This record gives sequence, C-alpha cells and structure tokens, in this order.
Amino acid sequence: MAVAEPTTPTPLSKAPQAPDRRPTVIADDVHIVYRVAGGTRGKGSATAALNRIVRRKPSGRVREVHAVKGVSFTAYRGEAIGLIGSNGSGKSTLLRAIAGLLPPERGKVYTDGQPSLLGVNAALLNDLTGERNVVLGGLAMGMSREEVRARYQDIVDFSGINEKGDFITLPMRTYSSGMAARLRFSIAAARRHDVLMIDEALATGDKKFQKRSENRIRELRKEAGTVFLVSHNNKSIRDTCDRVLWLEKGELRMDGPTEDVLAAYEEYTGK
Amino acid sequence: MQAPPHPDDGLTPAELAAKYGLSVSGARPPLLQYIRQLWQRRHFIGAFSRAKLQAQYSQAKLGQIWQVATPLLNAAVYFLIFGIIMEAREGVPGGDHNYVPFLVIGVFIFTFSQQSVLSGVRAVAANQGLVRALHFPRASLPIAFVLQQLQQLLYSMVVMLVVLLAFGQRPGLSWLLVFPALALQFLFNGGLAMIFARLGAGTPDLAQLMPFVLRTWMYASGVMFPLHAMLAEKVPPWAIDLVAANPAAVFMDLMRFALIDDYTYADIAPYPWLLGLGWALVAGVFGFVYFWKAEERYGRG
Repeated sequence: MAVAEPTTPTPLSKAPQAPDRRPTVIADDVHIVYRVAGGTRGKGSATAALNRIVRRKPSGRVREVHAVKGVSFTAYRGEAIGLIGSNGSGKSTLLRAIAGLLPPERGKVYTDGQPSLLGVNAALLNDLTGERNVVLGGLAMGMSREEVRARYQDIVDFSGINEKGDFITLPMRTYSSGMAARLRFSIAAARRHDVLMIDEALATGDKKFQKRSENRIRELRKEAGTVFLVSHNNKSIRDTCDRVLWLEKGELRMDGPTEDVLAAYEEYTGK
Repeated sequence: MQAPPHPDDGLTPAELAAKYGLSVSGARPPLLQYIRQLWQRRHFIGAFSRAKLQAQYSQAKLGQIWQVATPLLNAAVYFLIFGIIMEAREGVPGGDHNYVPFLVIGVFIFTFSQQSVLSGVRAVAANQGLVRALHFPRASLPIAFVLQQLQQLLYSMVVMLVVLLAFGQRPGLSWLLVFPALALQFLFNGGLAMIFARLGAGTPDLAQLMPFVLRTWMYASGVMFPLHAMLAEKVPPWAIDLVAANPAAVFMDLMRFALIDDYTYADIAPYPWLLGLGWALVAGVFGFVYFWKAEERYGRG
C-alpha cells in the first residue's frame, strides 16, 4: 500500500480518515464484444463477396467475439497493477476499455481524469521524423508549446534514440520496432498521467531501457497516478507491480498481491 | 492487503465513482466543452498540418518544389485537352484570352475541395496509431487536413498570381474579395472533411469510391469549361442556375469574379455570396455536429 505523502495536494473531496484510498479506476461488470467483419468461412473471392451483398446476408458476415466477460475491480491512487493471463485472455482489450477507446457492451468503467494507453504495435506518424513526433505527441496530449520545448531534450535523452547517431531527425518508418516503442513510451511518460496503461512496453526495449522505464514508472507512481502494466514477463511484473489481476478467457480469475497471484499463475501455466 | 474496515466498503461502484468525482471513461464531452478542448489543441492542429504538408513530398528528390509544380502540371494538362484539343474556350466571359486564368482558377479551387474530401476520408482511418495512443478531440484530424490543403492552395495561389498577370489581368480592389471567398470555402471544406472522416472511419471502402464521385462532381461544376456557354442551348435557364448553384461551382465563380476583370454578376449564379455563405454554414455546422456525435467510437477497429 502506498504511504500517504504530506506534500501531495489533497483534493477538495478529501475523506478525512483515508486520504490514501482514493479510487482512480472502477470497472463495474464490464463486458466487451467485438464484431468482426469478414470472419466467415466460405470463399474469400470477389464473386462470393458480391453474392453475399446481393443476397443481403449480413448475419453470416459478422461474427461476435465475447472478449471480456463481467470484470469488476477498483484501482486506487498510487497502485501499480499488473495484468497477466495467457494470449487472447482479454488483457489488452480490457486496457482499451479503461482508456475509453472501446465502449463496453454492458457495464461501465469510471475513471479519474483521462487514462492514457501506451501500446507498442504502432508508431505515431510513420512519415514524420522522430523530432516531429515528439512535438506532435506532446501537443496532442495537451502540453503547451513552451512545455514541449522545455521537455524536448529530456524526452529524446530518455528514449536513447540518439545514442547510436542522429536518428531523431529520420522518419519514424526507418526505426526498428524497439526504437519506435521506446520513443512512444518516452513521449507518453513525459507528462504526468492520472492513469497510465502500458501494454508490454517493457518487454520490447533492451536491458538498459527496461531499467530506465521501470524507474520512470516508479516516479510516475509517486506523482500520485495509477499504473497498469500488461506483460508476459513475470519478472517485470514482480519488479514494478504490487497488485496483479489475472484474466483467463475474459474472466477475472484472481485479484490480489503480486506474489500470491503470480504463484498461482505459475502453477497454472506449469512452471 | 489487510486494511481496517473502510467507510467506502458498502458503496456500489456507481456510488463510489460519484463520491470521488470519477467520470465514465471515453464518454463524449458536451458540444461546447468539445469546442473548448479543440481550441486548446489549436497548436497541435497547426503543427500537425504543417508536418503533413512537409512529409507529403519528403520522398521526392525535388522536395517542396512539387507543392507548386503539381497544380501547375494539372492546369497544363487540362489546357492541352480542353483549351487546345476540344476548344472549350468559347463562352468565357470577356473572350478567349481569359480562358487560361479561368482554367487555372477553376482547377486550383476545385482541387482544394476535392483534396479536402479525399484526405477527410482517410483522416481518422489512416491515423489509428495516433488515435489509439493519445487522447485529443478527434476533430483535430480532419481540421488539420483541411488546413494542410489550404496551405497547399496558398502555394498554388502564387502560381495563379503569375498566370493572371501574364494574361493581362491587372490587380484591383476586387482582388480583396479573394479573402472572404476563401474563408467561406474553407468552412465548407472543413464540414465536408468531417462528414467524410466519420463515414470513412466506419467504411474504409469509401477511399476507393470517392475519386469517381469527385471526378463526376468536377465535370458537373464547370472547372474547365464555362457552364453557361456549354449548357445554354441544351437546357432551360433554371437548370443552368441549379447546376451553377452547386458549392464547387459557386466557390470557383466567386474566385473568378474576384480575380478576372471581365466577370460580372450576370456571368455567375444569382446571389453568389449568399449561396456561398449558405453552403459554408450548412456543411460546416452539420459536419461538425455529425463528426462529434461519433467521437467516442473513432478508436475502434
């Protein structure tokens, strides 16, 4: 449990008994259903597609995938929460719902401020240089031009993009996936977030960057945010999180202190 | 975690959320608040459109020269086909010598609307990386793309200026009318881009279809031939007015009226400024509200 810091500015609605148990994310029986077009068997040819359109058979074309089934939990300020589970268990989907990018089918997600989701699979704008992406990312997050200018060097230094030459002035499409992920993490981590969610970011960077980002996550937590981390690397979960949610087949299987849940998970996966 | 009983323990999730002022994640903000958020991101919008403009030709060796060369080559092709081969120059107000200014203005002004629609269709769909990674009012994207096209048009206007002077047009007070005409067209294009951004986010197939729709629109708007002269003997006058009242024709005619000496109000659709203002307001307001209505759904897919 995080220790209450006397320097933290306390909000107006401060509960006198427990200033340290302020919820930041509440998931209330969240269900998420994907509707997938083109997930049908049958022929994938143009004539087959035309045939389906002519015969108006939409039901056959769209399949439903129930990715998250009734997950409820409450996250508090200052917590770092790991999300574990086998591939396809709904971890990333749940994060997207918390970020407000994917409206839940049933149930609700309440958040304090705007959660930010940090994924590794896409660069920001591939055609633009890293330099431009830093500026645009900062502005898009709502930083002022002065703030961006002031933080620019920190962001570039933190990402370590320029350690092997002047890569920041090259278009992002020329970056390796690891480099792009590092730059994205650095941009998003430059601002204080109420809720920061990281999707496997720590697994992609090299050792040195992993260390640095773990430290940065600790700093972000001190600044009174909540951090969610999806990872298949139990070590990085152990190093950064104090609470773990275990999802399996879209259901919340376990929620508790890191050691307890990881022990059960490792037994389940047969380690 | 063995914590002592907490006063919050008996609350339902909704009550707990209300107590600490938590809001539903991803909910669409009210319209006025949305406009305020958009205003806060104005520097982002400006920086984004400038960056896109520069990235556009970053892989070409001549680089930014293409900003000016592309519209010029476009005008040259249409001059070759319509001015020389098909001799469409008859009927241009003031006589044949006005055909090249007429054509160049038409091509540049129509391109502004055309490109706004085309980039609008892809505005959200092609920037999913940004949309999924960061939170900002999504209307920033189509607006930034229309701004990019406006900047592109301003480059083209330099070419236009040279052409006008070369073909004997003299700068006059009426040239100042360029500014209100551009402002109205910008508003119109912005609305159009937002409508197509929402449609394109749901149905990416539109990117394949739109070039054909736009080409039809171009031929129906009198970009390279004067509508009045072309249609005069074939259809009744009210039909000509109807065709000339379509937004692309209106904005082209306003610009030609402003820049070409021999143009009078008799040569263009009746009430051109009112028509322009009407189109701008209808498209701008409807497009903005229509786009905002789906704000929470753009991260999907």
